[in-house]
Amino acid sequence: MIEADSLTKSFGATKALAGVSFSVPAGSILGMLGPNGAGKTTAVRILTTLAIPDDGQAKVAGHDVVAEAAAVRRSIGVTAQDATIDEALTGRQNLVMVGELSGLKRKAAKSRAAELLTRFDLLEAADRVTKGYSGGMRRRLDLAASLVTRPSVLFLDEPTTGLDPTSRLLMWQVIRGLVSEGTTILLTTQYLEEADELADRIVVIDHGTVIAEGTAAELKRQIGGARLSVTLAEPHPRAVAALTGLVDGDVQVSQDGRRLQAAVRSTSGLGTTVVRALDANGVVVDDVEVRPPSLDDVFFSLTGHGALDLEGETCDLQVLEGVS
Amino acid sequence: MLTTTTLAPPSPALTRSGALARLHDVVVLVRRNLIHIAREPLQLSDVTVQPVLFTLLFVYVFGSGVPIHDGSYKDFAIAGLMLLNLTTSAMGTAVGLISDITTGAIDRFCTLPMWRSAVLVGRSLADLLSSALCIAIVAVTGLAIGWRPDASAGSILAGFAIALLFSYALSWACAALGVVSKGPESAQGVGLIILFPLAIVSNAMVPTAGMPGWLQVIANWNPVSSVTAAVRHLFGNPNPSATISAWPMQHPVLAAVAWSALILAVFAPLAAHLFRQKTTG
Repeated sequence: MIEADSLTKSFGATKALAGVSFSVPAGSILGMLGPNGAGKTTAVRILTTLAIPDDGQAKVAGHDVVAEAAAVRRSIGVTAQDATIDEALTGRQNLVMVGELSGLKRKAAKSRAAELLTRFDLLEAADRVTKGYSGGMRRRLDLAASLVTRPSVLFLDEPTTGLDPTSRLLMWQVIRGLVSEGTTILLTTQYLEEADELADRIVVIDHGTVIAEGTAAELKRQIGGARLSVTLAEPHPRAVAALTGLVDGDVQVSQDGRRLQAAVRSTSGLGTTVVRALDANGVVVDDVEVRPPSLDDVFFSLTGHGALDLEGETCDLQVLEGVS
Repeated sequence: MLTTTTLAPPSPALTRSGALARLHDVVVLVRRNLIHIAREPLQLSDVTVQPVLFTLLFVYVFGSGVPIHDGSYKDFAIAGLMLLNLTTSAMGTAVGLISDITTGAIDRFCTLPMWRSAVLVGRSLADLLSSALCIAIVAVTGLAIGWRPDASAGSILAGFAIALLFSYALSWACAALGVVSKGPESAQGVGLIILFPLAIVSNAMVPTAGMPGWLQVIANWNPVSSVTAAVRHLFGNPNPSATISAWPMQHPVLAAVAWSALILAVFAPLAAHLFRQKTTG
């Protein structure tokens, strides 16, 4: 339903997309994962006819996004990263307007709006100006607006960014519902958990290129069986050397030198072995954890930096011995 | 791909084209923009409070100091006040358009199967309606303080029409300005720098005869002067510019229409072009 082939796009000297290809089969969700500025939004803008690629081509619902932009617009729904609802209008007026501009008669637009307001639990606030809506309500209204014409292809650009956990779960529920109705969805997100939860397949984008593609399970398998995470009482020069023989591949060390991570094969007694090895080298250990790999780990091992540049320690981690 | 089926019901009524569909989109957006004007106090005051305030201030403050030969300043000033208000409030078009672009409202429109230029046409028409409200308020305020037109109803209506034609043309110039500006604040700033001198260096509020020679030339050829003189002429109000030999002052109605047509011819395609560029970056 969505096919992108070697899309490139530059803004001045900045290369936002450097040849991105992927496809989304009908009725499935593709999760597009990447940090801020990776090129996700640019890809979505091209596929939704808001931008023209410098090179490469793309088809949505069988239509070329440049040559047949009008036909593409008839088949898609878009929920942009910044909710594009009209703040001066009420929720209902927003939906009716979108319906009318999509070619519905006023009466049909009104009944469709009422339907969507009910479905998205916005009926009570329907006739209030949207300026006073909460973040979650805005997102729901924005999503409702993109569904007015019952599009067969839906683009969701970071639909849950900035939402509280309850609103996020509600949004996930809605998205799952849409897929079960047969809608094809391209979902961009910074949240690995979200891609893990929702997406059939995942493409990981960084610096304008696809750096990995597959199901969540496949991506996790790529980086080995389990993750070992050790927290030291204080940084120690021999800590990495002590672990090297016990783990698969590289040991990653956080900037403060206290957190070490590595891929391991989960074996019985691994925790004991690790602590003994460190202790034998005079390293004091606060915490040892062995867990299945998360998409965070996948992302990290692929890019050498964390998914979210602003969030937590993942971004502080540095690869000590280079990415294998 | 064509053989895949989805469970979603087919999209309703989505095959549309032609002039009727375009007109429909324009009507929807005019309605939307009117709601905006009505709900945004600042924008509404531009066309409601400001005209009353300007009318009273100019008539009572300037009126005493500006001698008008064949009539009162009041009778002279109302046409000028209409143009002063129309010209300065034209900024609203630029500000509104760039607000829509920066808030992402335009992005939503541009992913819909609608006529994209309806965004511009809808805005220009909504602004035309608010301009009509604006000069109606100037007229009512004028009537309340003793302004009287002295011409046939047809001629008076023609006066209103010519003022609105100019205002409509100017809104397209402001649309072009809005599209290229960095944001609502910068549009407002730049708009003020252009529109305020345009409104003031004219015969709108004072006869140009008292200005320095070089400024007189500018004022006499200023489109605002042509339109103001034309409206005065059509209202049957005092029009001191009639004695000035500059061509636009001798043929104010023709000059007013010509200026408006020229501005439209240049800026409507330009605004549409810039808008297309901006929305398919």
